[in-house]
Amino acid sequence: MSITISGLTKRFGQTEVLRGIELGVDRGELVALLGPSGSGKTTLLKIIAGLEWPDAGRLSVEGEDWLQLAAQDRRIGFVFQHYALFPHMRVRDNIGFGLSVRPRAARPGKAAIAAKVDELLHFLQIAHLANRYPTQLSGGQRQRVALGRALAIEPRVLLLDEPFGALDAAIRRDLRRWLRGVHDATGSTTIFVTHDQEEAFELADRVVVMGAGRIEQIGHADAIHDHPASPFVARFMGATVELPVTLHAGRAEGAGLDLSALPRRALPDGAANLFVRPQDITPIPDAAAPWRIASRSSTGAHLRLVVRAPDGAEAEADLPRRAVNAEALDPGAPVRLRIEAGTIFPAERRAALPVVTPISLKLESSR
Amino acid sequence: MSAASPLPGQSRRGESILIGLAVGLTLLFIAAPLAFIFARAFSRGWEVYAANILHPMTLHAIWLTTITALIVVPLNVAFGIAAAWAVAKHRFPGRGILVTIIEIPFSISPIIAGICYLLLYGRQGLLGPWLQANDLQVMFALPGIVLVTMFVTAPFVAREVLPLMQAQGSEQEQAAVTLGANGWQIFTRVTLPNIKWALLYGAVLCTARAVGEFGGVSVVSGNIRGQTNTLPLHVELLFNDLNAVGAFAAASTLTLIAVVALVTKAALEGRKGT
Repeated sequence: MSITISGLTKRFGQTEVLRGIELGVDRGELVALLGPSGSGKTTLLKIIAGLEWPDAGRLSVEGEDWLQLAAQDRRIGFVFQHYALFPHMRVRDNIGFGLSVRPRAARPGKAAIAAKVDELLHFLQIAHLANRYPTQLSGGQRQRVALGRALAIEPRVLLLDEPFGALDAAIRRDLRRWLRGVHDATGSTTIFVTHDQEEAFELADRVVVMGAGRIEQIGHADAIHDHPASPFVARFMGATVELPVTLHAGRAEGAGLDLSALPRRALPDGAANLFVRPQDITPIPDAAAPWRIASRSSTGAHLRLVVRAPDGAEAEADLPRRAVNAEALDPGAPVRLRIEAGTIFPAERRAALPVVTPISLKLESSR
Repeated sequence: MSAASPLPGQSRRGESILIGLAVGLTLLFIAAPLAFIFARAFSRGWEVYAANILHPMTLHAIWLTTITALIVVPLNVAFGIAAAWAVAKHRFPGRGILVTIIEIPFSISPIIAGICYLLLYGRQGLLGPWLQANDLQVMFALPGIVLVTMFVTAPFVAREVLPLMQAQGSEQEQAAVTLGANGWQIFTRVTLPNIKWALLYGAVLCTARAVGEFGGVSVVSGNIRGQTNTLPLHVELLFNDLNAVGAFAAASTLTLIAVVALVTKAALEGRKGT
């Protein structure tokens, strides 16, 4: 089913959670809503489900106005991060629930429900769990059951809210592949919410990056990675080092920066900001350069260097420990910074953010 | 060393003194008086005991107390579910105040409730003239007894169900909504099964309290023998009549109800969380 969303806004009290969302999803597409917490992605998903209502805007599915429909009547499959299985029902009854609550006229017979449940149990590879209670299942198994329960009503749209957020890394990767298989086999239109970039890019046909209630960028993994549409996306995608540069005829310049690897940009002359990932910065020993190594630490395979400019600006660089020159990069050594790749945006008018984000934050976003 | 060995610096003797004290005080202050009730009730043999229980006035008191509990407990179960559901699953202004108001009967002396009702529904009360004009007897009759008992026992069910509902959140209900269930199906097939043990537990506590309520009821019932005398009031009346065996026989019935409630409660306790 194709989904069309336009001008959607929502506020909780004083907080604007969604500020004008425009989004189209094609029939059979698998779309990820990616963003940090508080970006409004879950609220958007819940509005599509009918569990929240927007203040303004339109939501239509195959031309039908869904804001006139109660959640009960939308026939969507919704999967929660914490499964929300019914603890007093066996797996079989959890999966059959949606069919068993249909109005009498539309309700399949007991045998038909049982057959449908069996079919799903096999399809989802959980037939051996049919008679267990949810508390007797692992997290991964519970999420498979939750998906089975959602699929049983043959949903027109499948919505998943951080479906693997409560699971550990290995199971998460497993379930990701499995979910992609389920989606391809059922052909349902699917939207899922995640804050995990790897998950979004591996699983989705298209990724919608959200920040502070707006859609910042829509696209495929490579495009979002290499050509972030805004400083927000650049930072979110791991370009956490911001360097002030000056633009002349499309070329960026900065003291102690070697920017020859960057292509020309069609941007007006003047002040600009360069967003770079730490692994795209190579410090090169240069007695005439203004940058100094401030600290050096090793993770075994990689060196993490913090370099400082005379004006106090700092930048972080990651390089292989066995890289050329690595042993010369001791604290205090003068270096210039060769930038292998980065994105330039005209300087933002508000006060500049700290050039280096705290390390804990950085690790989070680059995982 | 055994697992139960005392911690370093804590002597074995200190431990036994503490345990002995706990057991001794429990026996002295709780078990002994209870045993005494039955000892006195049976002090003149089975026949006198049976005759006392089967006395028309005592039977009437038992009947009145039972009727009161049968009206009050279901009403308070309904109230408790409604209140807990409203507070746990919804956000609305005054939510915190509602929780506090529900708990007032826990902290207020029942006799104050009795006096409030008297001032509201009594002959000289606020609604008195209107009630009289319409020939409605609330005070010194069953309605008054039921009203006061409801007030006193109102928090029991809500108090048990509320924390459980809050812990469970509303995701299961939301899941049921997306699966197409209507409000009644969600309540009977998702919400109710999740709280049934806590609900039963609250109902048992509520019953025990409703049956034993004395202070508030004594104000509004008027203690009319054979008419508005509940079992606890009847025990007091018999005692004041210097009919000790009769008083203890009636008291033993009350105690029996309490013990049954206690055993049921203990049995339910283990299942509450499941």
